[in-house]
Amino acid sequence: MLDWSSSLQGLAGGVLIGLSAVWLMAALGRIAGISGILSALVLERPKGDTAWRLTFLLGLISGPLLLTALGAFGNVAGQPGAVIGAPAGGVGLMLVAGLLVGVGTGIGSGCTSGHGVCGLSRLSPRSLAATVTFLATGIVTVFVVRHLLGGGA
Amino acid sequence: MTSAMLKPIAGYLAGLLFGLGLALGGMTDPARVIGFLDLAGAWDPTLMFVLGGAVVTTFVGYRWVLRRRAPLFAGAFQLPTRRDLDAKLLGGAALFGIGWGLSGYCPGPAVASLSGLSLPLAAMLTAMVGGWWLARRLG
Repeated sequence: MLDWSSSLQGLAGGVLIGLSAVWLMAALGRIAGISGILSALVLERPKGDTAWRLTFLLGLISGPLLLTALGAFGNVAGQPGAVIGAPAGGVGLMLVAGLLVGVGTGIGSGCTSGHGVCGLSRLSPRSLAATVTFLATGIVTVFVVRHLLGGGA
Repeated sequence: MTSAMLKPIAGYLAGLLFGLGLALGGMTDPARVIGFLDLAGAWDPTLMFVLGGAVVTTFVGYRWVLRRRAPLFAGAFQLPTRRDLDAKLLGGAALFGIGWGLSGYCPGPAVASLSGLSLPLAAMLTAMVGGWWLARRLG
């Protein structure tokens, strides 16, 4: 089912994400890969290369907060006005999922932003392979959880 | 102003644009992300529009930016140079996709949702950082 207003908002949101990636490259010469930026901030704090990661994190959090304060432009399915949707499961599921996301993006050197947005834009074969792979396992996982096991999210 | 002062400001602006884009695009709603991955269910195309808008914008913008000799506030562009595929890349991406499908969270939206903190989200973020630590140990 195609919902044009959420799709158009999605397109506009995607353009903003693209502008963020272009700006980060223009200003600091960096790939806008969230897992890379934040894992180095939390685990390594490289000298002279940490402050911008911290402010990036603050900006990332303040974006949705700003929309919440405005009380407009949220895009949560079936909840007009809401900006942040509810988690898809409980603590146990999220611990497993979080560990997989952390280990996977750590070993695979990137996530949806680094490989999916920046890597595809650079026509990187590694990022194309990674993006196809995580889309495929994501689709299979949802199929198994929703349609074979019939539970979960 | 020196670049030591400008770098954090530039970083904040990039993060803010990214967070606004995620929220406007509905990516801070795990139900939309899982709905996109659910090809056999009531498919939600929103993520496709987000990724499409982001990739086209970045593709065009990078072409323009990377013609410059250096970034505005740093010495050089830092671009990945590897082009080979290996088991770590594909295995890592495969594990990430499973976690993404289970939760509807990739790292950006999970962190950007912090102002709506709940116990499950806190568990997700804590385990994700633990996973990053573990990946460095394994790597």
